[in-house]
Amino acid sequence: MAIEPSVQPAPALPLSTVDRSQGLLAGFKWLLLVLLLVGLGGPLLFILAQAVLQPDGSWAGAAPLMALFANINFLPMLGRSLWVSAMTAVVTVPLAYVFAYALQRTCIPFKGLWRGIGLLPLLAPSLLPGIALIYLFGNQGLFKEWMDGSIYGFWGILLGEVFYTFPHAMMILLSALSQADGRLYDAAHAMGASRWRIFRTVTLPATRYGIFGALCLVFTLTITDFGVPKITGGAYSVLAVEAYKAVVGQQQFGRGALIGLLLLVPALLTFALDGWLQRRQRANMSSRSEAYVPRPDWRRDGVNLLAVALIAAAILMMIVVAMGASLVKLWPYNLQLTLQHYDFDNMDGGGWLAYFNSLKLACGTSVVGTVVIFSGAWLMEKTRGQAPLSALLRMLCFLPMAVPGLVLGLGSLLFFNHPANPFNFLYGTMSLLVLCSIVHFYTTAHLTAVTALKQLDPEFEAASLSLKVPLLKTFIRVTVPLCLPQMLEIFRYLFVSSMTTVSAVIFLYRPDTVLASVAVLNMDDAGDVGPAAAMSTLILLTSAAAALLMHLAGSRWLARAQAWRRGRAH
Amino acid sequence: MMHNPSSAALALPPCQDPQEHSETGFLTVQGIEKRFGAFTALDRVSLEVRRGEMVCLLGPSGCGKTTLLRTIAGLERQDAGQLHAGGRDISHLPPQARDYGILFQSYALFPNLTVADNVAYGLTGMKRDARRDRVAAMLDMVGLGGSQAKYPGQLSGGQQQRVALARALAPSPSLLLLDEPLSALDAQVREHLQLEIRRLQKQFGITTLMVTHDQEEAMVMADRIAVMQHGRIEQFGTPAEIYRRPATPFVADFIGHANWLPFTRISGSQVAVGALRLEIQAEEAELPSGRLFCRPESVELFATDATANRFQARVTDRIYLGNRYRLALAADALPGQTLLADVSDQAHERLAALPANDGLWVALPRQALQVFA
Repeated sequence: MAIEPSVQPAPALPLSTVDRSQGLLAGFKWLLLVLLLVGLGGPLLFILAQAVLQPDGSWAGAAPLMALFANINFLPMLGRSLWVSAMTAVVTVPLAYVFAYALQRTCIPFKGLWRGIGLLPLLAPSLLPGIALIYLFGNQGLFKEWMDGSIYGFWGILLGEVFYTFPHAMMILLSALSQADGRLYDAAHAMGASRWRIFRTVTLPATRYGIFGALCLVFTLTITDFGVPKITGGAYSVLAVEAYKAVVGQQQFGRGALIGLLLLVPALLTFALDGWLQRRQRANMSSRSEAYVPRPDWRRDGVNLLAVALIAAAILMMIVVAMGASLVKLWPYNLQLTLQHYDFDNMDGGGWLAYFNSLKLACGTSVVGTVVIFSGAWLMEKTRGQAPLSALLRMLCFLPMAVPGLVLGLGSLLFFNHPANPFNFLYGTMSLLVLCSIVHFYTTAHLTAVTALKQLDPEFEAASLSLKVPLLKTFIRVTVPLCLPQMLEIFRYLFVSSMTTVSAVIFLYRPDTVLASVAVLNMDDAGDVGPAAAMSTLILLTSAAAALLMHLAGSRWLARAQAWRRGRAH
Repeated sequence: MMHNPSSAALALPPCQDPQEHSETGFLTVQGIEKRFGAFTALDRVSLEVRRGEMVCLLGPSGCGKTTLLRTIAGLERQDAGQLHAGGRDISHLPPQARDYGILFQSYALFPNLTVADNVAYGLTGMKRDARRDRVAAMLDMVGLGGSQAKYPGQLSGGQQQRVALARALAPSPSLLLLDEPLSALDAQVREHLQLEIRRLQKQFGITTLMVTHDQEEAMVMADRIAVMQHGRIEQFGTPAEIYRRPATPFVADFIGHANWLPFTRISGSQVAVGALRLEIQAEEAELPSGRLFCRPESVELFATDATANRFQARVTDRIYLGNRYRLALAADALPGQTLLADVSDQAHERLAALPANDGLWVALPRQALQVFA
């Protein structure tokens, strides 16, 4: 064999190359810091300042808050917001629990289908359920007599929010119910416990953290959402709508910001609670646990199938009604099919421009966001050096989860609109909308990326460095291909979220950057409910198409990766 | 077959006489300190590895051996101290400028690249043909010729570590670092690869530093062993030196088995242990009292009356170890003490032939006794 044992040291890599590649990575980290400070830090600071500063910038102490509470309308409105959000949580979580239970713990058929239907509300803006409710129970609704006009108010908000928050609660409960220690069930059966007793003493306690977490999340989502109450709230005014009206209608930025700050409180509490619950939940399953596998049981499966089918039917009905109404002349009097409601250019609200702007925003957010968030997670998790910087970045990446879109949007408005801000030129541009959306959805995407990266061998980077290959090259050649499924997942999440979002972007658009979801709101405001339904339908279909496309791309990746994934079993 | 450091492996002299490498160390570690918060992982560690030598860092988990290796690799930054390799000061160089190959317990092969692409990963700036030849030669060398197109996931653990070895050696680094490379493997594969890595290391003449917690592995593979504990090197020497003349009680206990007998000194070469008077070598430390150390296999059975340090004992327990027996002995002269003695099969047969009540004469040879505080 012609391998001469080489004792002479190989020529060391020129130091300049080494320094350059190290410097590049550090530079990226600083860039990410700037991005997060501009997109998140600045806006949050400005909205916090509103609470303690006079409009002229002088210190105001607690005066603005006192003034807000002194307003005669404020306390009843706060009460209504709390009440309807609490009731939404109380209704949504049991429904989602039944749904998730049937998917995880029974043997009902078509689980994939049910799951897909359960997640459908994610693909639509929160305005869609409002519109559907009006078509169902409103003044010209199919079942008008049932509600007798009371859909405009508490009931409208409640039903719409249940639809909107259902998939969020379902996802938490699906994961809570996915962990079960089979040994406990065997023991309970062996002792002759009844089905109900087993549920009460084993299943329910094991999922109590999930239930609590879901309650908090639904509460927060509802109290910070203004899509549903804007459309079906009527005279039942709530905080989120009030903040929107104060800023957009009355130009009272301070008042809007104060209400936004109040909305930050339940969000922050939920965020803190969630972290605590997750630690508790993890301790629940020991490594000795055996997975619980449900066995067929026609009685249990039958009841669960019925429940799931009913819930799925309700979800589908909302969507079908909104879609169907957008395709007929005048709901419900003239059901002749027509595409006239899709003729957006002849209506107020932004027309097709709004739709294409939304596409641009969704593409921009998902492409830039996936690259930035995934690379950022990699820089934080896998490169050495700048430890304090990485720690600061990690904290900033978790913050967006705790900030409702409404607060972020308001903060961005105040921050970027400030005449002294050097980034002022961004105000109203598509770039700002993209930045704001990336920041808004940062945490979930970041967590997906971190989870994917943590599954990789921790020594890839060390091996790469020992072979004198720059980390960036290994990132592109190894890390990215290995994490492609999760990157597609991030891409899909960002695309769908920015396609459907209203809350943050509503404060940041200009006439030429108006968005589809904003157009829905505006058309509904103008009384054009048909076109609003049509635009909602379009958003839903676009999101669904994107989700499907990402799914197909993921399958193709799996097929291509078969070669090296096959051997992994041993 | 069981590897027993006490018998066969020990008898082998180190494959290359370290004295031949009289030139100065290739890798010099000087006063390296590393703290993690209040915990001192490395406490002013110094070490010199000669060119072409294989040194094992051996110690229990948490002793700092992996931290030392990662510091040398540039994956951790030392708080104080210097590192030199091949005459270069590498103390503050980034990992990619230090010129070493490294093997990890997890192999760290890139699963989405073929075996050939993995081995070629560090061969940048080489012509395509030359690179292909180099990859083929490296794979032949580790006994995996023809596996180029396979993916790491299609190989067994032992094969994957061979690929990792080929990948690490392909760019001809001047230093090879092994971070518990065999810990994830089955016993049989591990023994085979120990010899394989040792053979290649000598063939390449590459200076090598390996971390392990397995004393047998260190005995089999290393020219010299650095036994570590609490962030310090307790002893640095050849396997034989470390086994026969442990420098500290920790080393004596960590490597092999030990009998410990409390003593008080009577004179320069005499100590009292229990009711016994034992002769020790005069050059042992002048401690007024302490513990005598003696390996189980040094305990002599069927001692004739001409032997020094002879006393009567009886067998209280025995364990069969495959190639020998370990006996537990009790002696009237050593109240409350159990003495372990390793004996061969033949000696054990002779023992069985002994009449039941006939006292067994054992001896603790003078040169096998060592004094510790």
